[in-house]
Amino acid sequence: MTRDSNRALLSVEGLGISFGGLKAVHDVSFTVQPGEIVSVIGPNGAGKTTLFNMISGIYQPGLGKVRLAGEDVTGIEPHLLAQRGMSRTFQNLQIFQSMTVLENAVTGYHLAERGPVLADLLGLASSRRRARASDEGARKLLARVGLERAAEREAGNLSYGSLKRLEIARALALNPKILLLDEPAAGCNAVETEEIDLLIAEVAASGVAILLVEHDMKMVMRISSHIVVLDHGEKIAEGEPATVSQNPAVIAAYLGAEEPEAVTC
Amino acid sequence: MKLSAKTATLLVLALMIAVTPFFFPSGYYYRVGALIFVNGIAVTGIVILTGYAGQISLGHAGFAGIGAYACALAPVHLGLHPALAVVLGAAISAVLAWLVGRPILRLKGYYLGVATLGFGILVSMVLNNERDLTRGPDGIDVPELGLRAVLKGWGLDMTNGQFWYFFCGLILILGAWLALNLYDSPTGRALRALHGSEIAARTVGVDVARMKLQAFVISAVYASVSGSLLALQNKFITPDVAGFMHSIEMVTMAVLGGVGSILGAILGAGILTLLPQVLTVFAEYEQLVLGLVMMLVMIFLREGLLPSILRRLRGTGE
Repeated sequence: MTRDSNRALLSVEGLGISFGGLKAVHDVSFTVQPGEIVSVIGPNGAGKTTLFNMISGIYQPGLGKVRLAGEDVTGIEPHLLAQRGMSRTFQNLQIFQSMTVLENAVTGYHLAERGPVLADLLGLASSRRRARASDEGARKLLARVGLERAAEREAGNLSYGSLKRLEIARALALNPKILLLDEPAAGCNAVETEEIDLLIAEVAASGVAILLVEHDMKMVMRISSHIVVLDHGEKIAEGEPATVSQNPAVIAAYLGAEEPEAVTC
Repeated sequence: MKLSAKTATLLVLALMIAVTPFFFPSGYYYRVGALIFVNGIAVTGIVILTGYAGQISLGHAGFAGIGAYACALAPVHLGLHPALAVVLGAAISAVLAWLVGRPILRLKGYYLGVATLGFGILVSMVLNNERDLTRGPDGIDVPELGLRAVLKGWGLDMTNGQFWYFFCGLILILGAWLALNLYDSPTGRALRALHGSEIAARTVGVDVARMKLQAFVISAVYASVSGSLLALQNKFITPDVAGFMHSIEMVTMAVLGGVGSILGAILGAGILTLLPQVLTVFAEYEQLVLGLVMMLVMIFLREGLLPSILRRLRGTGE
């Protein structure tokens, strides 16, 4: 597959951030195209989640630029990124615990369903119609991630693997152009991981750009079209799965991190 | 047919308002009931701000003060009908809430509590010190609303106590209806989402600062209307209405009954309004009792009385 930087939906250019003098991420650049699955891998503490948080507007980058569909969106508020078609999940889960599973998924439709607050207070038909439309959408999405039977349960009571899928459903509700997934298969068993695999591939096939952080190397090698390798906050390699897994710098980084088997498989 | 939670809540509320008077030992209790409803209105606003959106205000009595003094001053100085003075007070409260909340709610953390504390103290000081306008701590007369006379003209003859009981009850139902509409509406969902996880709410596109500000303004209007009704039914008001203790009272009522539940919060308003009437000692130790109630609820009934009771009633079914 040839990669053309002119087609990039997301482009990360020389991104960097320091925490108290420590360079957590330094000069990282790469692009993601529509329909592509790009994975960011690296040993623990390599700066993957920090990179995600900069791209999604949760951290202000110290250096560099983030472009979304050509527009400079560096450091803008997450809700403005959401309006521009970016959506994400979280490594350590950000679930609305006391809401039901359905309500959690429904929040993903916020941008589609929001309207004048007065209409909402008065319970006008327009407000109820908007709310009902997102309920229907959310039910379909829950079915798609296999959670339709848990719809009315309080989200706090679900298993970790189910919550991971719920986050994906919520992120998909935004109908994003680019989806950032932070360890979507963490804590999932083999069957669940395979289901998430299929789901991600399906979403990418519909033209959504996907940026993935994942520890499960089998999964990364299987579904990625492109891999970016971080170590100590810097990009040490980039390329197709087959090339990256043979890269001596990558192997060294993982050996140093005591995860040699991760790359060989 | 299955009742929605909204309809059920409104029905329970309406039934209680309609049926309780049959058990009143004397006409005096209409007055106590009306007081409960007035507090219930303010507390419903607290449910929107704290229960839905997870924000704390320690100065909501400031808005009650504005609503109350609008009814005392606007008819005299601007020639407004007292009913329009209620609307004017609500509008001023909304604008002030917007001005106070806008810079504060952009910050993360519990700055709103501190800022509203300052705001409440400020309003209270102005009401105490601007003697030329407000007559200071001695209080000021409030004109008659005049609606009772109109109703009498229509053949609906009520005592003063009865009128305020049913009138405030009606406004309370209206306020509860609005708050219940909000709960499962797009705005209410966004408020509850940012309460659950601000980061997640932002990433799904919720403009968190704007949403919090909306909740704050709406709840300020509730407090303002509550203050107006208090002033109108007493035909007299003192700056105490805007005092710090009144702010704490509102929060304690909501927390006691259940800040996430409208019916619960109104129950909390009922208990804490009734207590000083039943136990006169309570009046002397109000601060002590409010503090104690708050602590006990936080330790033993985090969700508040009503939600805890309901959970227990449903038992192991879930």
